[in-house]
Amino acid sequence: MKRTSVLLAAAVLATAAQAAETSPGDVVFDNGAVSRSLTGVPGDPANGRKVFMNRKKGNCLACHANADMHDQLFHGEIGPTLDGVAGRYSEAELRGLLVNSKNTYEDTIMPAFYRADGFKRPLDKFKGKTILTAQEVEDVVAYLMTLK
Amino acid sequence: MRIGNMFLAATAAVALSATSLLAGSDRLSIDGQEMTTRAKAPDYTPNLDQVISGWVFRSEETQALELDDFDNPSFVFIDQANDLWNKVDGSEGKSCASCHDDVAEFKGLRTVLPRVVDGKLQTLEDIINSERVNRMGAEPWGYTSAPMAAMAALISLQSRGMPVQVKIDGDAAPFWERGKEIYYTRVGQLDLACANCHEDNYGKMIRADRLSQGQINGFPTYRLKNAKLNTVHARFKGCMKNVRAKPYKPGSDEFKALELYVASRGAGLSVESPSVRN
Ligand code: HEC
Ligand code: HEC
Ligand code: HEC
Repeated sequence: MKRTSVLLAAAVLATAAQAAETSPGDVVFDNGAVSRSLTGVPGDPANGRKVFMNRKKGNCLACHANADMHDQLFHGEIGPTLDGVAGRYSEAELRGLLVNSKNTYEDTIMPAFYRADGFKRPLDKFKGKTILTAQEVEDVVAYLMTLK
Repeated sequence: MRIGNMFLAATAAVALSATSLLAGSDRLSIDGQEMTTRAKAPDYTPNLDQVISGWVFRSEETQALELDDFDNPSFVFIDQANDLWNKVDGSEGKSCASCHDDVAEFKGLRTVLPRVVDGKLQTLEDIINSERVNRMGAEPWGYTSAPMAAMAALISLQSRGMPVQVKIDGDAAPFWERGKEIYYTRVGQLDLACANCHEDNYGKMIRADRLSQGQINGFPTYRLKNAKLNTVHARFKGCMKNVRAKPYKPGSDEFKALELYVASRGAGLSVESPSVRN
Protein backbone atom coordinates (compact mmCIF):
# COMPACT_ATOMS: atom_id res chain seq x y z
CA MET A 1 0.00 0.00 0.00
CA LYS A 2 2.62 2.44 1.15
CA ARG A 3 4.85 1.50 -1.78
CA THR A 4 2.17 2.23 -4.34
CA SER A 5 1.55 5.70 -3.04
CA VAL A 6 5.28 6.48 -3.09
CA LEU A 7 5.41 5.25 -6.66
CA LEU A 8 2.38 7.32 -7.54
CA ALA A 9 3.88 10.41 -5.94
CA ALA A 10 7.07 9.86 -7.93
CA ALA A 11 5.09 9.52 -11.14
CA VAL A 12 3.22 12.74 -10.43
CA LEU A 13 6.47 14.56 -9.77
CA ALA A 14 8.01 13.26 -12.99
CA THR A 15 5.03 14.45 -15.02
CA ALA A 16 5.20 17.83 -13.35
CA ALA A 17 8.88 18.15 -14.34
CA GLN A 18 8.06 17.11 -17.90
CA ALA A 19 5.21 19.57 -18.15
CA ALA A 20 7.56 22.42 -17.26
CA GLU A 21 10.00 21.32 -19.94
CA THR A 22 9.27 22.18 -23.57
CA SER A 23 9.74 19.08 -25.71
CA PRO A 24 11.80 19.47 -28.89
CA GLY A 25 8.77 19.36 -31.16
CA ASP A 26 6.99 22.13 -29.24
CA VAL A 27 9.65 24.84 -29.29
CA VAL A 28 8.21 28.06 -30.74
CA PHE A 29 10.50 30.03 -33.04
CA ASP A 30 10.15 33.65 -33.99
CA ASN A 31 12.55 34.56 -36.78
CA GLY A 32 15.06 31.96 -35.56
CA ALA A 33 14.80 33.14 -31.94
CA VAL A 34 13.22 31.31 -28.99
CA SER A 35 12.18 33.69 -26.23
CA ARG A 36 10.71 31.21 -23.75
CA SER A 37 13.09 29.23 -21.52
CA LEU A 38 12.95 25.50 -22.32
CA THR A 39 12.76 24.57 -18.63
CA GLY A 40 11.79 27.62 -16.58
CA VAL A 41 14.90 26.92 -14.48
CA PRO A 42 17.61 29.60 -14.84
CA GLY A 43 20.67 28.37 -16.71
CA ASP A 44 23.91 27.60 -14.85
CA PRO A 45 26.78 29.27 -16.74
CA ALA A 46 29.46 27.17 -15.01
CA ASN A 47 27.87 23.96 -16.23
CA GLY A 48 27.24 25.58 -19.61
CA ARG A 49 30.96 26.19 -19.93
CA LYS A 50 31.63 22.48 -19.31
CA VAL A 51 29.01 21.40 -21.82
CA PHE A 52 30.57 23.79 -24.38
CA MET A 53 33.98 22.10 -24.03
CA ASN A 54 32.89 18.48 -23.66
CA ARG A 55 33.52 16.49 -26.85
CA LYS A 56 30.52 14.24 -26.18
CA LYS A 57 28.13 17.12 -25.44
CA GLY A 58 28.32 20.54 -27.12
CA ASN A 59 31.83 20.12 -28.53
CA CYS A 60 31.45 23.73 -29.61
CA LEU A 61 35.25 24.10 -29.65
CA ALA A 62 35.33 21.70 -32.60
CA CYS A 63 34.16 24.57 -34.79
CA HIS A 64 34.46 27.77 -32.73
CA ALA A 65 37.42 29.53 -31.12
CA ASN A 66 36.69 31.03 -27.72
CA ALA A 67 39.30 33.15 -25.90
CA ASP A 68 37.68 32.38 -22.54
CA MET A 69 39.00 28.82 -23.01
CA HIS A 70 42.57 29.71 -23.96
CA ASP A 71 43.79 26.90 -21.67
CA GLN A 72 42.29 24.40 -24.13
CA LEU A 73 44.86 23.47 -26.75
CA PHE A 74 42.69 23.14 -29.84
CA HIS A 75 40.00 25.48 -31.16
CA GLY A 76 38.21 24.93 -34.46
CA GLU A 77 38.08 27.37 -37.36
CA ILE A 78 34.85 26.38 -39.05
CA GLY A 79 32.50 28.88 -37.40
CA PRO A 80 33.12 32.46 -36.18
CA THR A 81 34.93 33.06 -32.88
CA LEU A 82 32.44 33.38 -30.05
CA ASP A 83 34.31 36.15 -28.25
CA GLY A 84 31.82 38.90 -27.40
CA VAL A 85 28.89 36.91 -28.80
CA ALA A 86 26.54 38.25 -26.08
CA GLY A 87 26.96 41.69 -27.65
CA ARG A 88 25.87 40.42 -31.07
CA TYR A 89 22.85 38.32 -30.15
CA SER A 90 20.05 38.48 -27.60
CA GLU A 91 19.41 35.61 -25.21
CA ALA A 92 16.40 34.54 -27.27
CA GLU A 93 18.47 34.52 -30.47
CA LEU A 94 21.20 32.44 -28.82
CA ARG A 95 18.63 29.94 -27.55
CA GLY A 96 17.21 29.70 -31.06
CA LEU A 97 20.70 29.14 -32.51
CA LEU A 98 21.32 26.30 -30.09
CA VAL A 99 17.94 24.60 -30.48
CA ASN A 100 18.18 24.63 -34.27
CA SER A 101 20.53 27.05 -36.00
CA LYS A 102 19.05 26.12 -39.40
CA ASN A 103 16.18 28.46 -38.59
CA THR A 104 18.73 31.29 -38.46
CA TYR A 105 21.33 30.10 -40.99
CA GLU A 106 19.78 27.86 -43.58
CA ASP A 107 22.12 25.05 -44.69
CA THR A 108 24.55 25.69 -41.85
CA ILE A 109 27.02 22.99 -40.82
CA MET A 110 26.22 23.72 -37.15
CA PRO A 111 24.19 20.85 -35.64
CA ALA A 112 20.78 21.40 -34.05
CA PHE A 113 21.30 20.69 -30.37
CA TYR A 114 17.67 20.32 -29.34
CA ARG A 115 15.99 18.44 -32.15
CA ALA A 116 14.93 14.81 -31.77
CA ASP A 117 13.73 13.61 -35.15
CA GLY A 118 13.90 14.14 -38.88
CA PHE A 119 17.43 12.69 -39.07
CA LYS A 120 18.49 10.18 -41.71
CA ARG A 121 20.17 6.98 -40.46
CA PRO A 122 20.80 8.07 -36.87
CA LEU A 123 22.76 5.51 -34.83
CA ASP A 124 20.32 3.47 -32.75
CA LYS A 125 21.56 4.83 -29.45
CA PHE A 126 20.82 8.41 -30.57
CA LYS A 127 17.47 7.68 -32.22
CA GLY A 128 14.74 10.04 -30.99
CA LYS A 129 17.24 11.82 -28.75
CA THR A 130 18.52 15.38 -28.68
CA ILE A 131 22.27 16.15 -28.49
CA LEU A 132 21.76 18.29 -25.38
CA THR A 133 19.04 18.16 -22.75
CA ALA A 134 16.73 21.15 -22.34
CA GLN A 135 18.57 22.23 -19.20
CA GLU A 136 21.97 21.88 -20.88
CA VAL A 137 20.75 24.22 -23.64
CA GLU A 138 19.70 26.73 -20.97
CA ASP A 139 23.08 26.34 -19.26
CA VAL A 140 25.01 26.98 -22.49
CA VAL A 141 22.80 30.00 -23.27
CA ALA A 142 23.59 31.36 -19.78
CA TYR A 143 27.29 30.77 -20.42
CA LEU A 144 27.20 32.48 -23.84
CA MET A 145 25.54 35.48 -22.19
CA THR A 146 28.71 35.90 -20.10
CA LEU A 147 30.84 36.33 -23.27
CA LYS A 148 30.59 40.10 -23.43
CA MET B 1 67.05 38.81 -25.62
CA ARG B 2 66.70 35.08 -25.46
CA ILE B 3 62.96 35.21 -25.07
CA GLY B 4 62.78 37.68 -27.93
CA ASN B 5 64.71 35.32 -30.21
CA MET B 6 62.64 32.34 -29.27
CA PHE B 7 59.51 34.28 -29.94
CA LEU B 8 60.78 35.33 -33.35
CA ALA B 9 61.78 31.78 -34.16
CA ALA B 10 58.35 30.53 -33.15
CA THR B 11 56.63 33.15 -35.30
CA ALA B 12 58.80 32.23 -38.25
CA ALA B 13 57.97 28.55 -37.80
CA VAL B 14 54.26 29.29 -37.78
CA ALA B 15 54.58 31.44 -40.88
CA LEU B 16 56.53 28.69 -42.62
CA SER B 17 54.06 25.92 -41.92
CA ALA B 18 51.19 28.18 -43.01
CA THR B 19 52.85 28.81 -46.37
CA SER B 20 53.73 25.16 -46.78
CA LEU B 21 50.03 24.42 -46.53
CA LEU B 22 48.72 27.26 -48.62
CA ALA B 23 51.45 28.28 -51.04
CA GLY B 24 52.28 24.96 -52.59
CA SER B 25 55.61 23.96 -51.06
CA ASP B 26 53.83 20.65 -50.83
CA ARG B 27 56.18 18.55 -52.88
CA LEU B 28 56.01 14.91 -51.97
CA SER B 29 58.79 12.76 -53.22
CA ILE B 30 58.91 9.20 -51.93
CA ASP B 31 62.32 7.60 -52.19
CA GLY B 32 63.05 10.00 -55.04
CA GLN B 33 59.78 9.37 -56.92
CA GLU B 34 57.74 12.57 -57.42
CA MET B 35 54.02 12.42 -56.45
CA THR B 36 51.26 14.63 -57.81
CA THR B 37 49.63 16.03 -54.65
CA ARG B 38 47.56 18.73 -56.40
CA ALA B 39 45.74 18.46 -59.69
CA LYS B 40 43.24 20.59 -61.55
CA ALA B 41 39.79 19.52 -60.43
CA PRO B 42 37.74 17.55 -62.96
CA ASP B 43 34.75 19.39 -64.42
CA TYR B 44 32.29 17.15 -62.56
CA THR B 45 33.41 18.68 -59.21
CA PRO B 46 32.40 22.32 -59.83
CA ASN B 47 32.85 23.24 -56.15
CA LEU B 48 36.58 22.42 -56.19
CA ASP B 49 39.34 24.26 -58.07
CA GLN B 50 41.97 21.74 -57.20
CA VAL B 51 42.00 18.23 -55.90
CA ILE B 52 44.55 17.85 -53.12
CA SER B 53 46.07 14.80 -51.49
CA GLY B 54 45.40 14.34 -47.79
CA TRP B 55 49.18 14.30 -47.27
CA VAL B 56 49.30 18.07 -47.86
CA PHE B 57 47.10 18.73 -44.82
CA ARG B 58 49.05 16.69 -42.29
CA SER B 59 51.62 18.02 -39.83
CA GLU B 60 55.27 18.06 -40.83
CA GLU B 61 56.03 15.12 -38.51
CA THR B 62 53.29 12.96 -40.01
CA GLN B 63 54.27 14.02 -43.54
CA ALA B 64 57.87 13.00 -42.92
CA LEU B 65 56.85 9.40 -42.23
CA GLU B 66 55.73 8.98 -45.83
CA LEU B 67 58.91 10.28 -47.46
CA ASP B 68 60.75 7.00 -47.48
CA ASP B 69 59.64 3.44 -47.12
CA PHE B 70 62.08 2.77 -44.34
CA ASP B 71 60.29 5.28 -42.10
CA ASN B 72 56.79 4.38 -43.29
CA PRO B 73 55.23 2.06 -40.67
CA SER B 74 53.00 0.51 -43.37
CA PHE B 75 55.93 -1.50 -44.66
CA VAL B 76 55.73 -3.93 -41.77
CA PHE B 77 52.37 -4.89 -43.27
CA ILE B 78 53.76 -5.00 -46.80
CA ASP B 79 56.20 -7.63 -45.50
CA GLN B 80 53.29 -9.57 -44.03
CA ALA B 81 51.46 -9.33 -47.36
CA ASN B 82 54.49 -10.76 -49.18
CA ASP B 83 54.31 -13.74 -46.83
CA LEU B 84 50.57 -14.12 -47.48
CA TRP B 85 51.28 -13.94 -51.22
CA ASN B 86 53.43 -17.06 -50.95
CA LYS B 87 51.28 -18.91 -48.43
CA VAL B 88 49.32 -21.95 -49.63
CA ASP B 89 45.73 -21.87 -48.43
CA GLY B 90 42.41 -23.54 -49.36
CA SER B 91 41.28 -26.77 -51.05
CA GLU B 92 43.32 -26.28 -54.25
CA GLY B 93 46.65 -26.25 -52.41
CA LYS B 94 47.71 -23.02 -54.06
CA SER B 95 49.08 -19.62 -53.12
CA CYS B 96 48.84 -16.40 -55.11
CA ALA B 97 52.42 -17.09 -56.20
CA SER B 98 51.41 -20.46 -57.68
CA CYS B 99 49.72 -18.66 -60.57
CA HIS B 100 51.13 -15.12 -60.56
CA ASP B 101 54.87 -14.78 -61.19
CA ASP B 102 55.20 -11.39 -59.61
CA VAL B 103 52.80 -9.01 -57.87
CA ALA B 104 54.31 -6.29 -60.10
CA GLU B 105 52.04 -7.58 -62.88
CA PHE B 106 49.23 -5.63 -61.18
CA LYS B 107 50.89 -2.30 -61.91
CA GLY B 108 48.16 0.20 -62.84
CA LEU B 109 45.26 -1.89 -61.53
CA ARG B 110 44.66 0.30 -58.50
CA THR B 111 44.27 3.45 -60.63
CA VAL B 112 41.09 2.13 -62.29
CA LEU B 113 39.36 0.66 -59.23
CA PRO B 114 36.52 0.45 -58.41
CA ARG B 115 35.36 -0.62 -61.89
CA VAL B 116 32.31 -2.32 -63.37
CA VAL B 117 32.66 -5.96 -64.43
CA ASP B 118 29.63 -7.85 -65.72
CA GLY B 119 27.30 -5.16 -64.43
CA LYS B 120 28.74 -5.24 -60.91
CA LEU B 121 30.93 -2.67 -59.23
CA GLN B 122 34.17 -4.34 -58.21
CA THR B 123 36.67 -3.08 -55.63
CA LEU B 124 40.20 -4.32 -55.00
CA GLU B 125 38.94 -6.15 -51.92
CA ASP B 126 36.31 -7.92 -54.07
CA ILE B 127 39.00 -9.09 -56.48
CA ILE B 128 41.23 -10.41 -53.70
CA ASN B 129 38.39 -12.38 -52.13
CA SER B 130 37.23 -13.74 -55.46
CA GLU B 131 40.78 -14.99 -56.13
CA ARG B 132 40.83 -16.67 -52.74
CA VAL B 133 37.41 -18.26 -53.04
CA ASN B 134 37.22 -19.15 -56.73
CA ARG B 135 40.83 -19.97 -57.57
CA MET B 136 42.24 -21.19 -54.26
CA GLY B 137 39.17 -22.68 -52.61
CA ALA B 138 40.02 -20.66 -49.51
CA GLU B 139 37.86 -18.74 -47.06
CA PRO B 140 37.25 -15.10 -47.97
CA TRP B 141 38.99 -12.54 -45.78
CA GLY B 142 36.94 -10.07 -43.74
CA TYR B 143 36.42 -6.97 -45.90
CA THR B 144 38.37 -4.67 -43.58
CA SER B 145 40.51 -7.36 -41.90
CA ALA B 146 44.27 -7.15 -41.36
CA PRO B 147 45.25 -9.62 -44.13
CA MET B 148 42.86 -7.88 -46.55
CA ALA B 149 44.30 -4.45 -45.76
CA ALA B 150 47.84 -5.78 -46.14
CA MET B 151 47.20 -7.50 -49.49
CA ALA B 152 45.32 -4.44 -50.78
CA ALA B 153 48.31 -2.30 -49.79
CA LEU B 154 50.79 -4.61 -51.56
CA ILE B 155 48.76 -4.59 -54.79
CA SER B 156 48.13 -0.81 -54.60
CA LEU B 157 51.82 -0.16 -54.03
CA GLN B 158 52.52 -1.49 -57.53
CA SER B 159 50.67 1.58 -58.90
CA ARG B 160 52.38 4.14 -56.68
CA GLY B 161 53.01 7.41 -58.52
CA MET B 162 50.46 6.63 -61.27
CA PRO B 163 47.42 8.94 -61.62
CA VAL B 164 43.98 7.90 -60.36
CA GLN B 165 41.74 7.49 -63.42
CA VAL B 166 38.52 5.64 -62.59
CA LYS B 167 35.86 5.30 -65.27
CA ILE B 168 32.63 7.08 -64.38
CA ASP B 169 30.61 6.98 -67.59
CA GLY B 170 28.87 4.19 -69.48
CA ASP B 171 27.99 1.27 -67.24
CA ALA B 172 29.74 2.99 -64.29
CA ALA B 173 27.43 6.03 -64.45
CA PRO B 174 24.57 4.73 -62.27
CA PHE B 175 27.00 3.64 -59.54
CA TRP B 176 28.76 7.00 -59.69
CA GLU B 177 25.45 8.86 -59.41
CA ARG B 178 24.49 6.78 -56.38
CA GLY B 179 27.84 7.54 -54.75
CA LYS B 180 27.43 11.23 -55.41
CA GLU B 181 24.00 11.21 -53.82
CA ILE B 182 25.41 9.57 -50.67
CA TYR B 183 28.27 12.10 -50.59
CA TYR B 184 25.87 15.03 -50.47
CA THR B 185 23.22 13.55 -48.15
CA ARG B 186 23.20 14.76 -44.56
CA VAL B 187 23.04 11.89 -42.08
CA GLY B 188 23.14 11.16 -38.37
CA GLN B 189 22.23 13.14 -35.30
CA LEU B 190 24.79 15.79 -36.31
CA ASP B 191 23.04 15.96 -39.68
CA LEU B 192 26.18 16.30 -41.82
CA ALA B 193 27.16 15.12 -45.29
CA CYS B 194 30.68 14.24 -46.41
CA ALA B 195 30.62 17.46 -48.43
CA ASN B 196 29.95 19.68 -45.38
CA CYS B 197 33.38 18.80 -44.02
CA HIS B 198 35.50 17.67 -46.96
CA GLU B 199 34.26 20.06 -49.66
CA ASP B 200 33.02 23.17 -47.81
CA ASN B 201 35.63 23.30 -45.06
CA TYR B 202 38.84 21.55 -46.10
CA GLY B 203 41.97 23.33 -44.90
CA LYS B 204 40.30 24.44 -41.65
CA MET B 205 40.86 23.02 -38.19
CA ILE B 206 38.05 20.95 -36.68
CA ARG B 207 39.25 21.03 -33.11
CA ALA B 208 42.64 19.22 -33.21
CA ASP B 209 42.41 17.94 -36.81
CA ARG B 210 42.94 19.79 -40.07
CA LEU B 211 40.20 18.85 -42.52
CA SER B 212 41.38 17.47 -45.84
CA GLN B 213 39.32 16.77 -48.94
CA GLY B 214 38.80 13.20 -47.74
CA GLN B 215 40.68 11.73 -50.72
CA ILE B 216 41.37 7.99 -51.01
CA ASN B 217 44.42 8.01 -53.30
CA GLY B 218 46.59 6.94 -50.34
CA PHE B 219 44.58 3.93 -49.17
CA PRO B 220 45.08 1.62 -47.45
CA THR B 221 46.52 4.10 -45.01
CA TYR B 222 48.53 3.59 -41.85
CA ARG B 223 47.04 5.66 -39.05
CA LEU B 224 49.08 6.72 -36.04
CA LYS B 225 45.81 6.72 -34.12
CA ASN B 226 45.30 2.95 -34.33
CA ALA B 227 48.76 1.81 -35.48
CA LYS B 228 47.46 -0.33 -38.34
CA LEU B 229 46.53 -0.23 -41.99
CA ASN B 230 43.01 1.09 -42.59
CA THR B 231 40.89 0.26 -45.60
CA VAL B 232 38.73 2.77 -47.47
CA HIS B 233 35.44 1.41 -46.15
CA ALA B 234 36.71 1.35 -42.56
CA ARG B 235 37.47 5.07 -42.89
CA PHE B 236 34.05 5.83 -44.39
CA LYS B 237 32.51 3.93 -41.50
CA GLY B 238 34.49 5.97 -38.97
CA CYS B 239 33.40 9.27 -40.49
CA MET B 240 29.75 8.20 -40.47
CA LYS B 241 29.92 7.13 -36.84
CA ASN B 242 31.51 10.46 -35.91
CA VAL B 243 28.39 12.25 -37.11
CA ARG B 244 26.35 9.69 -35.16
CA ALA B 245 24.99 8.04 -38.30
CA LYS B 246 24.46 4.33 -38.78
CA PRO B 247 27.27 3.44 -41.19
CA TYR B 248 26.71 1.32 -44.26
CA LYS B 249 28.43 -2.04 -44.10
CA PRO B 250 31.98 -2.38 -45.41
CA GLY B 251 31.67 -4.05 -48.80
CA SER B 252 28.04 -2.90 -49.21
CA ASP B 253 26.75 -1.56 -52.53
CA GLU B 254 26.44 1.88 -50.91
CA PHE B 255 30.06 2.07 -49.77
CA LYS B 256 31.30 0.71 -53.10
CA ALA B 257 29.35 3.38 -54.96
CA LEU B 258 30.66 6.02 -52.56
CA GLU B 259 34.19 4.70 -53.11
CA LEU B 260 33.85 5.10 -56.88
CA TYR B 261 32.55 8.64 -56.46
CA VAL B 262 35.23 9.67 -53.95
CA ALA B 263 37.96 8.07 -56.10
CA SER B 264 36.74 10.12 -59.07
CA ARG B 265 37.07 13.30 -57.01
CA GLY B 266 40.79 12.52 -56.82
CA ALA B 267 41.32 12.04 -60.55
CA GLY B 268 44.88 12.97 -61.48
CA LEU B 269 46.35 12.57 -57.99
CA SER B 270 49.08 9.97 -57.65
CA VAL B 271 48.32 6.68 -56.01
CA GLU B 272 50.22 7.15 -52.73
CA SER B 273 49.44 3.82 -51.11
CA PRO B 274 50.33 2.92 -48.47
CA SER B 275 50.15 6.42 -47.00
CA VAL B 276 50.55 7.65 -43.42
CA ARG B 277 47.96 9.74 -41.60
CA ASN B 278 47.26 10.66 -37.99
C1 HEC C 1 30.20 21.59 -36.97
C2 HEC C 1 30.57 22.95 -36.63
C3 HEC C 1 29.86 23.69 -35.52
C4 HEC C 1 29.62 23.25 -34.23
C5 HEC C 1 29.94 21.87 -33.63
C6 HEC C 1 29.02 24.36 -33.54
N1 HEC C 1 28.90 25.42 -34.39
FE1 HEC C 1 28.14 27.27 -33.90
N2 HEC C 1 28.37 27.87 -35.82
C7 HEC C 1 29.00 27.16 -36.82
C8 HEC C 1 29.03 27.97 -38.02
C9 HEC C 1 29.65 27.56 -39.37
C10 HEC C 1 28.41 29.20 -37.69
C11 HEC C 1 28.16 30.40 -38.61
C12 HEC C 1 26.79 30.29 -39.20
C13 HEC C 1 26.86 29.79 -40.62
O1 HEC C 1 27.25 30.58 -41.48
O2 HEC C 1 26.57 28.62 -40.86
C14 HEC C 1 28.05 29.10 -36.30
C15 HEC C 1 27.43 30.15 -35.59
C16 HEC C 1 27.27 30.17 -34.23
C17 HEC C 1 26.84 31.32 -33.46
C18 HEC C 1 26.61 32.70 -34.03
C19 HEC C 1 27.97 33.39 -33.94
C20 HEC C 1 28.11 34.71 -34.64
O3 HEC C 1 28.98 35.47 -34.23
O4 HEC C 1 27.38 34.94 -35.62
C21 HEC C 1 26.79 30.94 -32.17
C22 HEC C 1 26.41 31.77 -30.97
C23 HEC C 1 27.17 29.54 -32.11
N3 HEC C 1 27.46 29.10 -33.39
C24 HEC C 1 27.24 28.80 -30.95
C25 HEC C 1 27.61 27.45 -30.91
C26 HEC C 1 27.62 26.68 -29.69
C27 HEC C 1 27.31 27.21 -28.31
C28 HEC C 1 27.97 25.42 -30.04
C29 HEC C 1 28.05 24.19 -29.14
C30 HEC C 1 26.87 23.88 -28.36
C31 HEC C 1 28.22 25.42 -31.48
N4 HEC C 1 27.98 26.67 -31.96
C32 HEC C 1 28.63 24.32 -32.20
C33 HEC C 1 29.48 25.88 -36.72
C34 HEC C 1 29.40 25.07 -35.59
C1 HEC D 1 44.82 -20.87 -59.68
C2 HEC D 1 45.56 -19.76 -60.17
C3 HEC D 1 45.42 -18.45 -59.41
C4 HEC D 1 45.58 -18.22 -58.07
C5 HEC D 1 45.87 -19.23 -56.98
C6 HEC D 1 45.44 -16.80 -57.89
N1 HEC D 1 45.18 -16.19 -59.07
FE1 HEC D 1 44.88 -14.23 -59.37
N2 HEC D 1 44.34 -14.58 -61.27
C7 HEC D 1 44.50 -15.80 -61.93
C8 HEC D 1 44.07 -15.65 -63.29
C9 HEC D 1 44.06 -16.74 -64.34
C10 HEC D 1 43.67 -14.31 -63.43
C11 HEC D 1 43.11 -13.64 -64.66
C12 HEC D 1 44.24 -13.02 -65.38
C13 HEC D 1 43.74 -12.26 -66.54
O1 HEC D 1 42.54 -12.09 -66.69
O2 HEC D 1 44.60 -11.80 -67.28
C14 HEC D 1 43.86 -13.67 -62.14
C15 HEC D 1 43.59 -12.35 -61.88
C16 HEC D 1 43.99 -11.68 -60.74
C17 HEC D 1 43.86 -10.27 -60.52
C18 HEC D 1 43.19 -9.26 -61.42
C19 HEC D 1 44.12 -8.67 -62.42
C20 HEC D 1 43.37 -7.71 -63.32
O3 HEC D 1 44.03 -6.86 -63.87
O4 HEC D 1 42.14 -7.77 -63.42
C21 HEC D 1 44.38 -10.01 -59.28
C22 HEC D 1 44.49 -8.65 -58.58
C23 HEC D 1 44.80 -11.26 -58.73
N3 HEC D 1 44.55 -12.25 -59.64
C24 HEC D 1 45.35 -11.41 -57.48
C25 HEC D 1 45.53 -12.63 -56.88
C26 HEC D 1 45.87 -12.78 -55.49
C27 HEC D 1 46.13 -11.63 -54.51
C28 HEC D 1 45.91 -14.13 -55.24
C29 HEC D 1 46.14 -14.79 -53.91
C30 HEC D 1 45.24 -14.38 -52.84
C31 HEC D 1 45.60 -14.78 -56.50
N4 HEC D 1 45.38 -13.86 -57.46
C32 HEC D 1 45.56 -16.16 -56.66
C33 HEC D 1 44.94 -16.95 -61.36
C34 HEC D 1 45.17 -17.17 -60.03
C1 HEC E 1 32.32 16.28 -39.22
C2 HEC E 1 33.19 16.36 -40.35
C3 HEC E 1 33.34 15.13 -41.24
C4 HEC E 1 32.38 14.55 -42.00
C5 HEC E 1 30.92 14.91 -42.12
C6 HEC E 1 33.05 13.50 -42.73
N1 HEC E 1 34.37 13.44 -42.40
FE1 HEC E 1 35.81 12.35 -43.30
N2 HEC E 1 37.18 13.09 -42.04
C7 HEC E 1 36.96 14.04 -41.07
C8 HEC E 1 38.18 14.32 -40.36
C9 HEC E 1 38.35 15.31 -39.21
C10 HEC E 1 39.17 13.50 -40.95
C11 HEC E 1 40.67 13.44 -40.58
C12 HEC E 1 41.35 14.67 -41.19
C13 HEC E 1 41.15 14.75 -42.66
O1 HEC E 1 41.84 14.05 -43.44
O2 HEC E 1 40.22 15.48 -43.09
C14 HEC E 1 38.52 12.77 -42.01
C15 HEC E 1 39.18 11.90 -42.87
C16 HEC E 1 38.60 11.27 -43.96
C17 HEC E 1 39.31 10.48 -44.92
C18 HEC E 1 40.81 10.14 -44.92
C19 HEC E 1 41.57 11.08 -45.81
C20 HEC E 1 43.01 10.72 -45.96
O3 HEC E 1 43.75 11.51 -46.57
O4 HEC E 1 43.45 9.66 -45.48
C21 HEC E 1 38.39 10.05 -45.85
C22 HEC E 1 38.66 9.17 -47.05
C23 HEC E 1 37.11 10.59 -45.45
N3 HEC E 1 37.28 11.34 -44.30
C24 HEC E 1 35.92 10.39 -46.13
C25 HEC E 1 34.68 10.83 -45.68
C26 HEC E 1 33.43 10.48 -46.32
C27 HEC E 1 33.29 9.62 -47.56
C28 HEC E 1 32.45 11.08 -45.60
C29 HEC E 1 30.95 10.97 -45.78
C30 HEC E 1 30.42 9.63 -45.58
C31 HEC E 1 33.09 11.84 -44.54
N4 HEC E 1 34.44 11.64 -44.61
C32 HEC E 1 32.43 12.66 -43.63
C33 HEC E 1 35.76 14.68 -40.81
C34 HEC E 1 34.58 14.42 -41.47
